[in-house]
Amino acid sequence: MPTTHHVTPRNGDVLLLVGTTKGLFIFRANKGRGKWEMGGPYFPGSAVYAMAYDGRAGRHRLWAGPQSMHWGGLLRWSDDFGHNWTNPQEANVKFPERAGAALKQIWQIVPGRDAEPDLLYCGVEPAALFVSRDAGQTWSLSEGLWNHPQRSRWEPGGGGLCLHTILLDPARANRIRIAVSTAGMYVTEDGGGTWRPSNKGIRADFLPEKYPEFGQCVHKVAQSQHQPERMFLQNHWGLYRSDDRGESWIDIADGVPSDFGFAMAIHPEDPDCAWIVPLESDQFRCTPEGKLRVYRTRNAGKRWDAMTKGLPQKDAYETVLRDAMAVDSLDPVGVYFGTRSGKLFGSADDGKSWSTLLDGLPPIVAVKASVVSLPRARKGA
Amino acid sequence: MSLLFVIPGPLRELAANHGEVRIDATAHSVSEALSLLWADCPAIRDRMVTELGELRPHINIFVDGESIRYSGGFGTPVRDGAEIFILPALSGG
Repeated sequence: MPTTHHVTPRNGDVLLLVGTTKGLFIFRANKGRGKWEMGGPYFPGSAVYAMAYDGRAGRHRLWAGPQSMHWGGLLRWSDDFGHNWTNPQEANVKFPERAGAALKQIWQIVPGRDAEPDLLYCGVEPAALFVSRDAGQTWSLSEGLWNHPQRSRWEPGGGGLCLHTILLDPARANRIRIAVSTAGMYVTEDGGGTWRPSNKGIRADFLPEKYPEFGQCVHKVAQSQHQPERMFLQNHWGLYRSDDRGESWIDIADGVPSDFGFAMAIHPEDPDCAWIVPLESDQFRCTPEGKLRVYRTRNAGKRWDAMTKGLPQKDAYETVLRDAMAVDSLDPVGVYFGTRSGKLFGSADDGKSWSTLLDGLPPIVAVKASVVSLPRARKGA
Repeated sequence: MSLLFVIPGPLRELAANHGEVRIDATAHSVSEALSLLWADCPAIRDRMVTELGELRPHINIFVDGESIRYSGGFGTPVRDGAEIFILPALSGG
């Protein structure tokens, strides 16, 4: 097994969790974000699609969902930035016998709101939502979604029938949106008891009915934390904005080389600003014209500008997957993304310029960015 | 009367760091034998089988040298003193 290196983040550092098909890597830098240290690989040989940093209630806990080809998947956590990880006796995310299903992969883990520090959510394949109310000690299936009458008609996309996006509405505690490929978006207003599809205006080019109630292949959705009405959505063909919390969607794909893509991130403060990486067609799924371009809008999709400084613009046939882009919460915003060919890029200036953080990782499937908030040491302690 | 389980490296942490686990008991089938192993080392169970009770596709079990995929699956008979190997399959990418 490879030698594992560790990083020791300090208060205010930026932390990047980089999930690959061969394990988890952790990057840290100070707020200048000019020099990065790398830790890992953790769980070498296991694919890590789901990761999270939980800084609530004085924690500094890392979550990961390593998926071993041999031994299956489960959630593990570390309270010391990866030096030690839990290894639960029993798989902690598992379907109850009555569900008649077996976990294929953990796709997403999302800490609950700050006011609910013991609440966590987990999205998996086959498409289902799991909830923990005891800080991750135990997990239970969201029966309301699992028993939804439309679920039997959901179809797997290229990545499997996965619940890959979980959005907690910052303005209302019981409103949660999830996205499934291919089922589209669903919303609950009662904390998960009942769910309804929420795909008005989203196209489904692969179905005879182009605007069905559900069945869209939504690739990623982002919601503003400061103006929750504002959301952006990258579809399997189609780029959309919502101004009404996802109740309806407007096509905003003018000015991009392709409206196909996976990754999407929204500015932590500015609800009009988002970043995407368009890909060429659902057959090729690589950056158009061999140019690796991040597109940014600063006016809610009326105009998209190519951000290319520092990114390869020749013979760069890259793929950026749905969870492989993230932003931090600093000013200016740091934007990060990884490619299926193992290149990790970062920008410390809202995407205006980019640098290669590392070229040579295993295929990157997920990137998460956080600013570390450690409890301050007491004087004399 | 005993059974000997040979534990692969990745699972040894879940078997008190033992490469072999000997259980003094009798089992009539692989299913019964595994239940005895899982009673001693419960964390191994979910690593070997899915929620549906199916052997994970990239794990092989050999009883006295024969893969249970060709000898009756979990119903494969087990003799007293049998050696049961749990092995990751040759797969990856």
